[in-house]
Amino acid sequence: MRFGKKTAFAALVAASALVMAGCAGGGGDVIEEGGGTDGGSGDGEMYIALVSKGFQHQFWQAVKKGAEQKAEELGVKITFEGPAAETEIAQQLEMLTAAIDKNPDAIAYAALDPEACVAPLDQAKSKDIPVVYFDAPCNGDVGLSLSATDSKVAGALAAEKMAELIGGEGEVAIVGHSQINSTGVERRDGFVDKIEADYPDIKIVDIQYGDGDHLKSADIAKAMIAAYPDLKGIYGTNEGSAIGVVNAVNELNLEKGKITIIGFDSGAAQINAIKDGTMAGAITQDPIGIGEQVVQAAYDAANGDSVEEFYDTGSYWYDAKNIEDEDIAAVLYE
Amino acid sequence: MSTPQQPGETTTVIQQAVNEDTDKRDVAGFLKRQLQQSLAFGTLVVLLIFFSIASPNFFTFSNIATVLLSTAVIGILALGTTFVIITGGIDLSLGTGMALCAVMTGVFVTNMGLPVWVGILGGIATGVLMGLVNGLNVTFLRLPPFIATLAMMMIAGGLALVISGVAPIYFSTSAPDFKKIALGVLIPGIPNAVLITAVLAIIAAIVLSKTLLGRYTFAIGSNEEATRLSGVNTRRWTIFIYMFAGAFTGIAGIIIASRLDSAQPQIGTGYELQAIAAVIIGGTSLLGGRGSILGTVIGALIMSVLVNGLRILSIQTEWQNVVVGVVVLLAVFLDSLRNRQRT
Repeated sequence: MRFGKKTAFAALVAASALVMAGCAGGGGDVIEEGGGTDGGSGDGEMYIALVSKGFQHQFWQAVKKGAEQKAEELGVKITFEGPAAETEIAQQLEMLTAAIDKNPDAIAYAALDPEACVAPLDQAKSKDIPVVYFDAPCNGDVGLSLSATDSKVAGALAAEKMAELIGGEGEVAIVGHSQINSTGVERRDGFVDKIEADYPDIKIVDIQYGDGDHLKSADIAKAMIAAYPDLKGIYGTNEGSAIGVVNAVNELNLEKGKITIIGFDSGAAQINAIKDGTMAGAITQDPIGIGEQVVQAAYDAANGDSVEEFYDTGSYWYDAKNIEDEDIAAVLYE
Repeated sequence: MSTPQQPGETTTVIQQAVNEDTDKRDVAGFLKRQLQQSLAFGTLVVLLIFFSIASPNFFTFSNIATVLLSTAVIGILALGTTFVIITGGIDLSLGTGMALCAVMTGVFVTNMGLPVWVGILGGIATGVLMGLVNGLNVTFLRLPPFIATLAMMMIAGGLALVISGVAPIYFSTSAPDFKKIALGVLIPGIPNAVLITAVLAIIAAIVLSKTLLGRYTFAIGSNEEATRLSGVNTRRWTIFIYMFAGAFTGIAGIIIASRLDSAQPQIGTGYELQAIAAVIIGGTSLLGGRGSILGTVIGALIMSVLVNGLRILSIQTEWQNVVVGVVVLLAVFLDSLRNRQRT
């Protein structure tokens, strides 16, 4: 009997380990802002529920900051929450459903998966809660507006800069952060399309994905550098990926600038790498602007005012030369 | 060990349990027991040969150093948790626990301005403390290790975020030399993290095979009841074992923080499963009572050689996961096959 129990337990452990390997992540992490979360109806103050892709990365913290600033300016109450990891699609949907149940005056949502969110959002529609998107939209016809960076344009900008820096020819590689979510796909596609269209002498030799994990991305970049000794440049598609590439080059003690590294977003580590010459430069979005714009759009939608379908909050190239410029420094976060 | 025990026999049970893994007189049995470990070693050699032939860029000094460095963090976690798994337990709090240890080191060194050695001790102490709580939950509250450490996984992950304020803690200005813990080079070309892992592996192997803690680890895993009846305070030793493993979690946290030159609070999710996979590939049984440090080292190397080799060959990320998953499955299958033979 004992043995049977132990065997069963071991089987449970093994099965669970396999299941969890696919969807490892933390619990529901919620950041509440502006007091209670009991919904907007009843207390007179407008309440907007923001469901984000995450909150742990500095990028989402900057979006949150922008949202808070705008909320204070408009005198509305907001909540900002997101799952522990950007792979936690199911967990995010639960947060979205819970937000709808709170009957807010408007919902602002950033889709981790464009299909999975369709059903919960139909529910919001049936309850007449206006929905606006930020960063990434959901399929279907529920959302009134999207406040985001045009990721393909941003990826193409990265490609142009890469081509310019490596002299229009040679081998480059991409360390991506996701082959599923729209920013990962579009930042990659924007880059790949631009290179294929305009730079026939540049070859993209490898594309791999490190989930934005610094360590995994570093190991991927080191393998790429080993596999392609003539590699001229690596493009990291988000903060974690880009820092991983920088760490790889540092760990291999390569001469600064031997490999042209182009990153994405900001954060202290990336800013330092650009200042010290390890990284050539990076594409930045305007995360604070995204947060501000989406709260404004939600506010307008809740008041029945018309909103535009797409607010491009812009993407910008920054490097050691313009990093201190006022308009660039304003969109960077530490 | 699967035969019913009479009360009078209990004093010899521990000795039997211990001897089971060291008795070399029974050649056939010994070979059978060594089967998975030698299979694991054979697999490692085959992988090395395969990737060396498949790509001229694999077996270079620089890339082998890369492979060894990428083994360090998962390897150290795996060393500690080998003890827990041999007792028949499991520790799911390794990954986020490691992040919490890294964050605590960051708090001590960067936020409080204390010397680096205090930060290191603080990080290790955090790991030991988590081990203590895990051990208490498993023994006195009688929670299954899976559940107790699952809860600890969530608590540690949450605390890492809360304590860090959901932001990385950097060491570059507070302790410019902090990154040298993992990335300095005492031996040219080999990062210190690799040396530290090797030293820890030797310590773990000695503790497991030569000390009371190691003997009781096997005894508890083989037959906890009999071990208790023969006068061993199994609760206390189980707690010690979890604390000992926790120290390794703390050291892994310091190594990863040093390698990234920052304590990243969100890192570590999923690392526990890679560490457990390394232990199992190395032939340690999930049922407890059997395992070795050498096996774990080989298992961890198989994982990192496999992943690095597939990356060098530019295999798609999706397929890399499939291949590693299949290897884990084969290892668990071999383990269950062997257990079927024993009963």
